[in-house]
Amino acid sequence: MGAQKKGATARVSEDPEELARHPLQAILLADSFTTKFRPITLERPKVLLPLVNIPMINYTLAWLESAGVEEVFVFCCAHSKQVIDYLESSEWSSQPNFSVTTIESHNSISAGDALRLIYERNVIHGDFVLISGDTVSNMSLTQALQEHKDRRKKDANAIMTMVVKQSKPSPITQQSRLGTDELFMAINPVTKQLLYYEDKAEYSKGFISLDKTLIADNPSVILHNDKQDCYIDICSQEVLSLFTDNFDYQHLRRHFVKGLLVDDIMGYKIFTHEIHSSYAARIDNFRSYDTISKDIIQRWTYPFVPDVLCGSSAIKVERQGTYRASDVTLSRSAQLGSFIFIGQGTKIGNDTKISHSVIGERCTIGSNVTIEGSYIWNNVTIEDGCQLRNAIVCDGVILKSGAVLQPGVILSFKVVVGQQFVVPAYSKVSLLQQPTQQDSDEELEYADSTSGTGELRSDKLNGDIAPDLSEIASELGTGGVGYIWKVFEGAYDEEWRHSVAPIPTDKLVKLMLDRDEDEELLTQDGNIISASGELKTDSDGNGSEDDDNEDSRDDYVSFEKEVEATFLRAVHENVKVDLAVLEVNALRLSYNMASVDCGGAIFYSMMKLAVESPHNSASELHRNAADIVTTWQKLLKSFLHDIDEEIEVILKFEEMCLESAKEFAALFPQILHLLYDKEILQEDAILRWADEKEGADESDKVFLKRSEKFIQWLREAEEEEEEEDE
Amino acid sequence: MPDTQALVNDFLNKLKKRKIEGSQATAKQTAELLRSVISQTRMPYTNQASALIHSVKAVGERLIAANPVELAVGNVVRRVLHIIREEDLSLTTAAMAGLNLSAESDDEDDTDRDNHPALSAAAIAAASRSTLRPPSLQTLLEDVPDSAAVPHTSSSGGDSEGKSKSADKSSRSRKLKHDVIEAVNELIQDISTCRELIAEQAVEHIHQNEVILTLGSSRTVLEFLCAAKEKKRSFRVFVAEGAPRYQGHLLAKELVTRGLQTTLITDSAVFAMISRVNMVIVGAHAVMANGGVIAPVGLNMVALAAQKHAVPFVVLAGSHKLCPLYPHHPEVLLNELRSPSELLDFGEFSDCLDFGSGIGAPLLHVVNPTFDYVPPKLRRA
Repeated sequence: MGAQKKGATARVSEDPEELARHPLQAILLADSFTTKFRPITLERPKVLLPLVNIPMINYTLAWLESAGVEEVFVFCCAHSKQVIDYLESSEWSSQPNFSVTTIESHNSISAGDALRLIYERNVIHGDFVLISGDTVSNMSLTQALQEHKDRRKKDANAIMTMVVKQSKPSPITQQSRLGTDELFMAINPVTKQLLYYEDKAEYSKGFISLDKTLIADNPSVILHNDKQDCYIDICSQEVLSLFTDNFDYQHLRRHFVKGLLVDDIMGYKIFTHEIHSSYAARIDNFRSYDTISKDIIQRWTYPFVPDVLCGSSAIKVERQGTYRASDVTLSRSAQLGSFIFIGQGTKIGNDTKISHSVIGERCTIGSNVTIEGSYIWNNVTIEDGCQLRNAIVCDGVILKSGAVLQPGVILSFKVVVGQQFVVPAYSKVSLLQQPTQQDSDEELEYADSTSGTGELRSDKLNGDIAPDLSEIASELGTGGVGYIWKVFEGAYDEEWRHSVAPIPTDKLVKLMLDRDEDEELLTQDGNIISASGELKTDSDGNGSEDDDNEDSRDDYVSFEKEVEATFLRAVHENVKVDLAVLEVNALRLSYNMASVDCGGAIFYSMMKLAVESPHNSASELHRNAADIVTTWQKLLKSFLHDIDEEIEVILKFEEMCLESAKEFAALFPQILHLLYDKEILQEDAILRWADEKEGADESDKVFLKRSEKFIQWLREAEEEEEEEDE
Repeated sequence: MPDTQALVNDFLNKLKKRKIEGSQATAKQTAELLRSVISQTRMPYTNQASALIHSVKAVGERLIAANPVELAVGNVVRRVLHIIREEDLSLTTAAMAGLNLSAESDDEDDTDRDNHPALSAAAIAAASRSTLRPPSLQTLLEDVPDSAAVPHTSSSGGDSEGKSKSADKSSRSRKLKHDVIEAVNELIQDISTCRELIAEQAVEHIHQNEVILTLGSSRTVLEFLCAAKEKKRSFRVFVAEGAPRYQGHLLAKELVTRGLQTTLITDSAVFAMISRVNMVIVGAHAVMANGGVIAPVGLNMVALAAQKHAVPFVVLAGSHKLCPLYPHHPEVLLNELRSPSELLDFGEFSDCLDFGSGIGAPLLHVVNPTFDYVPPKLRRA
């Protein structure tokens, strides 16, 4: 702010560009144009939903104010009346040096429409901050703004600066901690120019494709998958006119950013600004609602934390991150865990346990209630013996005694849950009936959030509910009121991704297995070595939960995968054996492995290929294996120099039969025989293996027993040979 | 008075958003704000003092609520209230003296009476001097009975004011306001010069070839050390860096530019170094009524180390930091928990903070308190 004022007073000496300096403006979109927060957003706009008991928009406005923004245009669309009323009654309407103006629209269906409308109003006169009303941040804009302005001076095409922050995505679910999909960005490390942006990467394909020119034009490109888009953009005026020129731009990222990156005629550029110590995040779905609430309670957003924002006299922070308003009625036997927030006028009964939760104002909570990881808004009544886990409970809800909310439940406004009723996991309950399903067409996803909500709201509230009440009572147990929304086909398995509840372990395990397969595909593709290579090592590094923790083991696993990929490529592209040997050798050197490991790894990949190629019966599998072994025996042979290495192969095979490729278990002796026939394994090796195994545990001897006959035969043959020699 | 209202709101906002750093700046701004509140207050004919007190109290309460951790605000508000009462008292006694003077012409033999006003005037002068005296901990202790006594006399002054309906009320009302503003000006002056006043005593405390240890950064400490340096004392300073904000680094830099022999150590090395130290000199956030000190985090440890090795532990604090409250549960209630990002990098730890997997609750807690409470027994002076 200070810099701005100086600019205004000391105009004379400054260059003409400085002359046109305006107070810093911001456009705040008070509508997310999505339906992720349904059914709650049918009744109240998302920006007014309480986040740790303070409406989200307050965090955004407080930040804008402290960051030196002087004029904010709040664009409201869905429930615009509520937003405007709220802003007028709040403190924001009477701030010095900070004006909040609302712009109302009833027919905007996307961020693009909103910006076009703002352009028509002609209220933005210079650089502005574009933000949505559900963003929480405490970053300082000064540096980012300065960078933006400096770039503008040098290059008029640098029209936008995006704020990004490091945040590692989960290697298993491929989503960030905010529940959004893993984001890929290619950034020029020197200029910080954004070259590529992809938030909907196809994991089934397992690769992303970069434009060739991108790599040709830039001396260095870093591809990030650990950056989080904060949805805070510093834009120049051109951005608005661009939206007007391209009337098909709807979504800020999907259309606008990607559009600019692809379009090289206009030559507009987008840059990034990375923040390190400050916080910025956007609430995009229920998962991020949960995550950001916890971040706020853990004070990452300081000074935008509840005790500071609502005037410290009202709320006190105690040990273990407990935020408690001054007039909470708390039973002596109630147990409050760490990281909880309890709002004013709330009463909590005997033996109630609360942990990691936010409880709003004027709630009544009975005895023996368990609340974990839940968000309870204002005026909620929870009777005795209820259990809530990872749920969101909106204003005015009543839980009759003994009701249970399973993880991920969303109860919208004024829902009543009957006695002893168990609300199943991930269900969304509302007094309003679910709107009929829209087409899954991309465009309509935005359309229905606004046009749909307005109508629906009036329709439903104007009397549809009353006659339905008796009918729907059964849906939520005796005395319950509300509809349980059905989950659309296909959406169901995605439900857990964005829910407030943590991802269930069985999902994680399943994903982990899937991921292993994915990775094979990923490495298989040789065209994008730089990209896939980096990604792979990245995720390997992070995925220490599933891999062994030891480094060497990790190394070996990734080495094995590389070898496998090389081998597969050799198979598919008919690479000559000599070349394949060379490549595997190169890998061996780069991973610092012994040739023993190479033999094992190649054999492993061969067998895996055999298992994966189509087969119906054991004999067919055997034939497959035989084919592969015959074709590639030279490759394998070149790494089996002595007996030890051959034994290693047998051990590896044994391991495979036990773990990854159980189909082979039955074929063990046959394959062994095959390998012997092909002179890959010498009889000495097999016999020594057999000798070694003699002394092992019973369980280890399964395969030894199976191949007993073969070994017997080998021994006899040997003896015969000896006899013959004599 | 829309003007002051805006000023108050602006200041409230700044306090709330934690935009003002340092208790001296806060104290000074509070005093300046209260001065403008006083000058804008419309004065009624009767009971001007209570009108002033009322308006100052109204503003003061809001200021204190805006950031209860910043005790300097409350201290300054109390000081200003004290000044108002005091000036009111001195005016009424002066008026009484006038009355006495007129009475004197009637009764000529009364010498005792003549003595009495002079005596009370002297007492008032002493009282006012005591508040304006260079602040130190000793004066605080002397101050306490004084300030307790003053309201008592002021009430009796109020009584007498009711009785004496003197004619020169309008001039007096202007005079009261004027005097109060004068006194507040002096207070502001006091706050802004407190460092120099403290620094003046530096030579008495720091001796030749001593080793001084300090933690973090305090401007008062800096001035104190530099004052001793200017007086040709040669000594060495150990600076503990003061994690997590590492303001000790700045202090070390500052000291070196002023030509002081400086050694920078980590906070955890304090105990190892303390045996070589002759005196610990630190700044404080506030000094409580029981003598306990609210100070930047890490100081309690330094104080304990100093006690263990019988090293004098000296806290430097301006008068605006002396707080008449008794600390209750100060580690929590008078503390400010700042962002964990000062301790660790969010990006690097973002995978530990993924609430989507596992139990859905953070396993990593990061606590970043701003202040430490040093109990009075660990302090030397």
